[in-house]
Amino acid sequence: MPTEFPDHSDALAKLVGEPSGPVELSPEAVNSAMIRHWVEAMGDRNPVYLDREAARAAGYRDVIAPQTMLQAWIMKGLRHTLDLEAARAAGTVASNDANSTMMALFDDEGRTSVVATNCDQSYVRPLYLGDRLLVRSSIEAISDPKQTGLGHGRFATSLMEFFAVSNEVAERGVSAEELVSQAELVGTMRFRILKFRPGTGATAVVAKPPRPRPAITEDNAFYFEGLRAGELRIQHCTDCGTLRHPPLPGCGSCTSLNWDYVLSAGKGEIYSMVVNHYPQVPAFDYPLPIGLIQLDEGTRIVANLEGDPESWAIGQRVTAEIRALDDELSLPFFHHDDMQED
Amino acid sequence: MAVTASTIEVGLELPELSIPITRTLIVSTAIASRDYQDVHHDHVLAQQRGSKDIFMNILTTNGLVGRYVTDWSGPTGHLQEVNIRLGAPNYVGDTMVLTGQVASVEEADATSGRATVTVSIRGANGLGDHVTGTVRLTVSMGANS
Repeated sequence: MPTEFPDHSDALAKLVGEPSGPVELSPEAVNSAMIRHWVEAMGDRNPVYLDREAARAAGYRDVIAPQTMLQAWIMKGLRHTLDLEAARAAGTVASNDANSTMMALFDDEGRTSVVATNCDQSYVRPLYLGDRLLVRSSIEAISDPKQTGLGHGRFATSLMEFFAVSNEVAERGVSAEELVSQAELVGTMRFRILKFRPGTGATAVVAKPPRPRPAITEDNAFYFEGLRAGELRIQHCTDCGTLRHPPLPGCGSCTSLNWDYVLSAGKGEIYSMVVNHYPQVPAFDYPLPIGLIQLDEGTRIVANLEGDPESWAIGQRVTAEIRALDDELSLPFFHHDDMQED
Repeated sequence: MAVTASTIEVGLELPELSIPITRTLIVSTAIASRDYQDVHHDHVLAQQRGSKDIFMNILTTNGLVGRYVTDWSGPTGHLQEVNIRLGAPNYVGDTMVLTGQVASVEEADATSGRATVTVSIRGANGLGDHVTGTVRLTVSMGANS
């Protein structure tokens, strides 16, 4: 349905080049405690981040921070995150910086969904222990509206410039804005997002992947062929008459290799069951109730149970419905036996 | 053995690195990067927000891509740039397989004796490409320089 959204191109153009917010000073100087957390979490065994001798042997003047930690130094941490969440919950977020204005304009254009698309970091020099970082962020670019795979949207690029001062300089009580003017550029980061209108992309309707294929062998092919023909087949020993499932080459009772099959009426009861919540595989719907069904013919079969997982219990009567999932695969699904009166 | 400019040529493939995306990895890396957004540590809230589980934060993708390249180059490889394009999320239970290839090798700088190498990287998971991009690093010229 065509919805008319305003076009804020002019207002957005005025934001390009504007600071996203105030200059921020990192709460801590570059330190080995944070470095150790990082390299252990990342599984990074490069010794130059913790071992001075190794760092010198590798051509650095001292231990360095992992280059990719650049932004981690200026992250504001848990307290800030919790405060922000509390303010949001109380509806008291009052930001009027350029970044908030830009996001609000995007939202007003109907582009309420966001996805990060690119992150480009460039390092001017390594960071050493004791470096105190400052970051100056600005809006570098806002694209014209574009049709993307995700939806109709605009790209916005933020530029973050990272500067370093010594810890002593940082603690002189000068404002962060003033510190930047005396600081050395140590790296940059460009962060690009796409703000788009949900449901307007080529992939707006994501097709569910097909159900995983069973391993079909000479022994069990008759069973799956039967399902495709709308039949629930049970393997039958032609020597002693014992029924068996799942399909096997030989009879467990008399060891005969001779067999054919009989047709199940598709009625039975729940011998056992489980409701699968996790891990979730995209081909299935969750919660996923799975039953071990005792068929009236005597064999047991594992199959999906239909409907509300809460409605199922051991001992309940069930009826099979054979359903074609696609051209290749048909499977039995069991639902409550509504006719049951006993 | 450290990789040096004399042993690198365009097209050279980096050894593959397979990273199991465990809950511990996602949570510990998010916290190590001081990213406390709930979608990176609380699966209940992540699901309420429409994700199927917690997923890796972007800074961690940067970190793992950087690590992948220095695992190959050795400590004498100095990272200059990490440029990444983001795709399918890294959810718990998936595996990200990092692959890479040398895209270019520049003339060594006469003063520093170091050459700049560009590596194309790709990190694929069960949903598709989690990350593609390029990493630029400098390496030393090697024993004969």
